[in-house]
Amino acid sequence: MARAVTQKRKIINTTAAWAVGLLIFFPILWTILTSFKTEAVAIADPPVFLGFDWTLENYATVLERSDYARFLWNSIIIAGGSTVLGIIIAIPAAWSMAFVPSKRTKDILLWMLSTKMLPAVGVLYPIYLIFIRMGLLDTKIGLMIVLMLINLPIIVWMLYTYFKEIPGEILEAARMDGASLKEEVIHILTPMAIPGIASTLLLNVILAWNEAFWTLNLTAAKAAPLTAFIASYSSPEGLFYAKLSAASTMAIAPILILGWFSQKQLVSGLTFGAVK
Amino acid sequence: MATQHSRSAARLMMAPAVVLLLGWMLVPLTMTLWFSFKKYLPLRGGDLGWVGFDNYVRFVTSSSFWPSVWTTLTIVGGVLIITIVLGVLLAILLNQPMWGQGIVRILVIAPFFVMPTVSALVWKNMFMDPVNGLFAHLWKFFGAEPMVWLTEASLESIILIVSWQWLPFATLILLTAIQSLDGEQLEASEMDGATPLARFGYIVLPHLGRAITIVLLIQTIFLLSIFAEIFVTTQGAFGTKTLTYLIFQRVLESQNIGLGSAGGVYAIILANIVAIFLMRIVGKNLDA
Repeated sequence: MARAVTQKRKIINTTAAWAVGLLIFFPILWTILTSFKTEAVAIADPPVFLGFDWTLENYATVLERSDYARFLWNSIIIAGGSTVLGIIIAIPAAWSMAFVPSKRTKDILLWMLSTKMLPAVGVLYPIYLIFIRMGLLDTKIGLMIVLMLINLPIIVWMLYTYFKEIPGEILEAARMDGASLKEEVIHILTPMAIPGIASTLLLNVILAWNEAFWTLNLTAAKAAPLTAFIASYSSPEGLFYAKLSAASTMAIAPILILGWFSQKQLVSGLTFGAVK
Repeated sequence: MATQHSRSAARLMMAPAVVLLLGWMLVPLTMTLWFSFKKYLPLRGGDLGWVGFDNYVRFVTSSSFWPSVWTTLTIVGGVLIITIVLGVLLAILLNQPMWGQGIVRILVIAPFFVMPTVSALVWKNMFMDPVNGLFAHLWKFFGAEPMVWLTEASLESIILIVSWQWLPFATLILLTAIQSLDGEQLEASEMDGATPLARFGYIVLPHLGRAITIVLLIQTIFLLSIFAEIFVTTQGAFGTKTLTYLIFQRVLESQNIGLGSAGGVYAIILANIVAIFLMRIVGKNLDA
């Protein structure tokens, strides 16, 4: 840019942006800080910000009170499994839409997205019944299937926008050289599409990790992921702010860290390729 | 380019996704329609036969129906307005030259990664609690009487919580769009004496149209079905019962499947009205 930015303006910008950023981040920061306080300090009046004796006792209590490892494991399996399953099903669909488009491609994409508008609660009981019949209630595989289905439209759409960026000539050339459809997908398309697949994977792991309708309504004890773990802290028993904070921190930490590391890939994926 | 062979192969490759989604849509939908015409109380006698449109009439004439539609639209509309307006302002701010832009972006995006049950619990207890919440301390500090947020301003509180969760998403998409704005054009207009407001209105805002459409579409899809935020905070009390929550209560709390299913059909109709409206805009704005 030709115009020189004055130092003064940069200082004002920086101050304003940091103030807003910290304000938005504050609830998370406060939660993390509170998780290291004793219950008495957590509700001190006036509130204590940093000058307190840090303690790990809340984490110990939470670990003792509930089986965190099992909830965490369930979350990992359900979020990871549903995403991988979805991507396996979505890759061929997105591939054919991007490289062999027809007049109906756009309609099919919009229709897929519209299935996401189907209110979950409208079909809760039927799904519940089907789950009981098939013995899927409170199982990881059941939740995996449901979360895969609700995220499938987004996965297809994201992959489609990434695949569309791949020049068709490369595929033509491969075809000329006698590559079969299978070879085309495995050896040429997939390597070129890895970055796109990676961001799709990330975003959908996050969406599945945080999904809180089906995970709360279709699990009881065995398959309950972290969303249910945290919901069990919703009814207060005595002093509980510090313990609630510790449990919250434990529930969000894995995805927060993953999200921060991959924010660049996420942004491009989130825009559905429509914003450059 | 596409031969007959590749066309049929393409259809075959699309089949699993299409068939699965079609099944996911049609099977439960058919069952919901079926139940909606029955008196069906699993805990009090089970299937008590066909009742025609009784459930539909009862659901729509219940005193909670219209308020729940209104609550749903208020939450969706309120959150959309807040996140888009603040998102545009924040995107413009973050696009300015500054120190530590990367870190600020990390701070701003963080709420998006917090699961709804956690954010609802944290806001409810640690901020909005009338005795020990931070807001109560803040109010007392300024000599005001602390508010009982989730009772006195329940809908506003929910909108605040949900907006906090979705502001990062809106900001991020709008920021990406703003970064592609042509700096030369802005400079030229500045030299020609355009005021900052005029530059915003005639150059920045039109450039953001597409990004705003995306935010509108994606957020509406997710906001229409918010559940955990209400489940954890008010349980639908104090005027926060959305259509989703009302149906949830009919199905799971009163165990009245027929009535709940009729409600489900209404929810699907509402979602479709919104969807048609949205798809019109998006179809125009997206060259999919």
